[in-house]
Amino acid sequence: MKISVGHGLADAEKRLEESGVSRRDFMKFCGIIAATMGMGPAYATEVAAALTADNRPSVIWLHNAECTGCSESILRMASIDGKTAYIDTLILDVISLEYQETIMASAGEMAEKALHDAMKKPYLLVVEGGIPMKDNGIYGKVGGVTMLEMVKKAITNTNCLATIAYGTCATYGGVQAAKPNPTDAKGVKAVFPKSLVINVPGCPPNPYNLVGTVVAAIMTVTKKAPLPKLDADLRPIVFFGQTVHDQCERQPFFEKEQFAMSFDSPEAKKGWCLYKLGCKGPSTYNNCPTKKFNPLDKGVGVNWPVQAGHPCIGCSEPNFWDKMSPFYEMEK
Amino acid sequence: MAPKTPQSNFSGPVIVDPVTRIEGHLRIDATVENGKIVDVRSSSQLFRGLEIILKGRDPRDAQHFTQRACGVCTYVHALCSTRAVDNAVKVKIPKNATIMRNLVMGSQYLHDHLVHFYHLHALDWVNVANALQADPAKTAALSNSLSPNRKETADQFKAVQTKVKALIDSGKLGIFTNAYFLGEKKNEAYYLPAEADLMAVKHYLDALHMQVKAARAMAIFGAKNPHTQFTVVGGVTNYDALKPDRIAEYKALTDEVVAFIKDFYIPDLLAVASFYKDWAGIGGTSNFISFGEFPTDEYNHDSRFFAPGVIMKRDIAKPQAMDQKKIEEHVKHSWYVGDKALHPYQGVTEPKYTKLEDKDRYSWMKAPRYNGEACETGPLATVLVAFAKGHKPTVDAVKFVLDYLKVDAAALFSTLGRTAARGIECLVIAGQMQTWLDALVNNVKGGDTELYTPWKMPDEAEGVGFVQAPRGALSHWIKIKKGKIENFQLVVPSTWSLGPRCAAGKLGPVEEALMGTPIFDPKRPVEILRTVHSFDPCIACGVHVLDAKTGQTASFKVL
Repeated sequence: MKISVGHGLADAEKRLEESGVSRRDFMKFCGIIAATMGMGPAYATEVAAALTADNRPSVIWLHNAECTGCSESILRMASIDGKTAYIDTLILDVISLEYQETIMASAGEMAEKALHDAMKKPYLLVVEGGIPMKDNGIYGKVGGVTMLEMVKKAITNTNCLATIAYGTCATYGGVQAAKPNPTDAKGVKAVFPKSLVINVPGCPPNPYNLVGTVVAAIMTVTKKAPLPKLDADLRPIVFFGQTVHDQCERQPFFEKEQFAMSFDSPEAKKGWCLYKLGCKGPSTYNNCPTKKFNPLDKGVGVNWPVQAGHPCIGCSEPNFWDKMSPFYEMEK
Repeated sequence: MAPKTPQSNFSGPVIVDPVTRIEGHLRIDATVENGKIVDVRSSSQLFRGLEIILKGRDPRDAQHFTQRACGVCTYVHALCSTRAVDNAVKVKIPKNATIMRNLVMGSQYLHDHLVHFYHLHALDWVNVANALQADPAKTAALSNSLSPNRKETADQFKAVQTKVKALIDSGKLGIFTNAYFLGEKKNEAYYLPAEADLMAVKHYLDALHMQVKAARAMAIFGAKNPHTQFTVVGGVTNYDALKPDRIAEYKALTDEVVAFIKDFYIPDLLAVASFYKDWAGIGGTSNFISFGEFPTDEYNHDSRFFAPGVIMKRDIAKPQAMDQKKIEEHVKHSWYVGDKALHPYQGVTEPKYTKLEDKDRYSWMKAPRYNGEACETGPLATVLVAFAKGHKPTVDAVKFVLDYLKVDAAALFSTLGRTAARGIECLVIAGQMQTWLDALVNNVKGGDTELYTPWKMPDEAEGVGFVQAPRGALSHWIKIKKGKIENFQLVVPSTWSLGPRCAAGKLGPVEEALMGTPIFDPKRPVEILRTVHSFDPCIACGVHVLDAKTGQTASFKVL
């Protein structure tokens, strides 16, 4: 089933039916998103209303100090819990992505104008990348303006409904904030403590976690549902409520104290626990083992680091570059 | 007569900042006289400090840090750092590890070039709005004429038109807002027939789905994409991927992606190119460098499927061996203190920002030079070196493309040639994937499941890793002391291709390429985007970073 709605036109459901998606299927899809975000099945109707609104909600996506891996990660989206949902569905049909430097057609002055105009109406802000703070932010500029100024303008604008910090750089500063943090890079919440920010960390995050958060944020700002439950690091608990270790397929080996002690050992070949090779799964909150990465139309992702025999490096934890390294040594 | 890129008599400055549809933050500052670029500066706008951050850390961890230099051409930095440390600790990795690294690299190339053509570059040539003027039946006929394996219908193209029309009618254009092909007056720089526009828009959307599969194939061996997690110093870790069902899954996905490349990407590239043939005379450079890629023996550069080499002054009759001693880096026009050209190992660099409008020092990138000359790197360099050395699959693919477009080899030295070379490189790699996979399967069948060789961290060592990434020549240099990273240096593709002027005032390759480029509409300078995007810029990793406080840099011996 391909869910394709929106277009900013009336009769979205009728058009869905014409393209072979029954109301029943569509409501099921909405129910999954509602359940995904821990809102309960009753919210399916509200999700449906949000997704078929005559006006697609505007989203502005800003890039700071980053590697663009987070943008790339959303391009890998193909399904949500077994329902087909490619990126074009999201950006052409569900939301209106007004500014996104990686994929937007426009450039230069015309791109700046697109941003300027988009900020005149209510929008959801997605931030990718850390914000360089040192020397008034001169280490990163877009269109001649520091990233610090750019984010400040977008996040403090009264039209900004809520902000999603996407990826470990935007949430906690990321790789450029690792010691000695030469550009004094910081995450969004650290720079703008008063703003409403939801953190979706990961390096890069699973796009699954973004889509659910975007929908939930739209619901929150349109007052159709309460803010999803967040943990102390502002991560939605529905995605980040359990450790990687507790959900890991190799966890039974840990219980039996069956560890791989080197990468060429028979134990490594048999898929035993990687804890003693440095796996940080016990201290990392994320849903990698259950959702995995790079999904297709049906089912979950195709792989994740531990399945590929590599220890978890803890990439969705604050300050993991310093806290979790050396990556191939057991955590102290 | 075929339409041509329109000319104007505009004079004045044209600045494109941000350059979108790239990785990172790039600014192009051009001076136009009488409709042509007469002066131009390419400026990188972000400084992150990865090399400083690496100091004092465990050498095994370097790959995870450096991979975060770039999430678009993901994996290549992880591979390069791993090769550098492999080299430093002198470990000989198992055959299967080399093959698995090659397969992931192959998938990365297929993915990267596909995404570049359709999602980062196509909108410079394709007018999405004009697709509404197309006749869907004629579009289907056009498309199906390009490959016997295409079975597209008028209804499918009609559906795409409906989708585009709904988007435009909604008044919320999203990612197409203010595109250079939009505006009250039609931008005459876009002149594909409407049917070709519609065909390309449909395949833009199809390719969005296909790239998911290419990345998924990569993840079977590489754990995930972006940012693989399966390489380790000494080999790779992914025993799970040796299982027959995993290999079958990889093969099925790869076959599908390879078919798309052969039946859609290459024919679309040739179709669009055949309309824009005047771009075979715009945007060329002179010198080229490639490190070569896909080794059968990690310790023998000559074992690489694409050979390393250098082409100077477009002389494809005389490809030269690459001698790293001839590499120097310049900072005279970069935001660093000093003006001496030095071999990277002896380099002394101290960041010093001046201002955005500075015409003298204007980029966070350094300017690498080979034998004092600016060299372009990337697919065109790799293809030219392979072609010059008579690499049969490359020679065949180049001839096929030149014959189709009815142009001679000189046409390769252009924006169009650069974009075509990316397709050629992709096609040649696509043709090789099965051979590499068969080698892995045969080894496993023969009982060889080794993926890792144990090794010991030396107290002191130094090493280098060379990678030819989808964007070009990449090298990582590590110096280990007391088992920790004493110095780490990245010399990356985008500094070669998009760096600024050198001490002698010679332009960087993208600057050289942009000189003389026609600008029709200074408000919508799509001509700049065409040439800049043809280099596939990746700016975050192009920023050469050293210690802001002490100015200390790596000091290496030439190996």
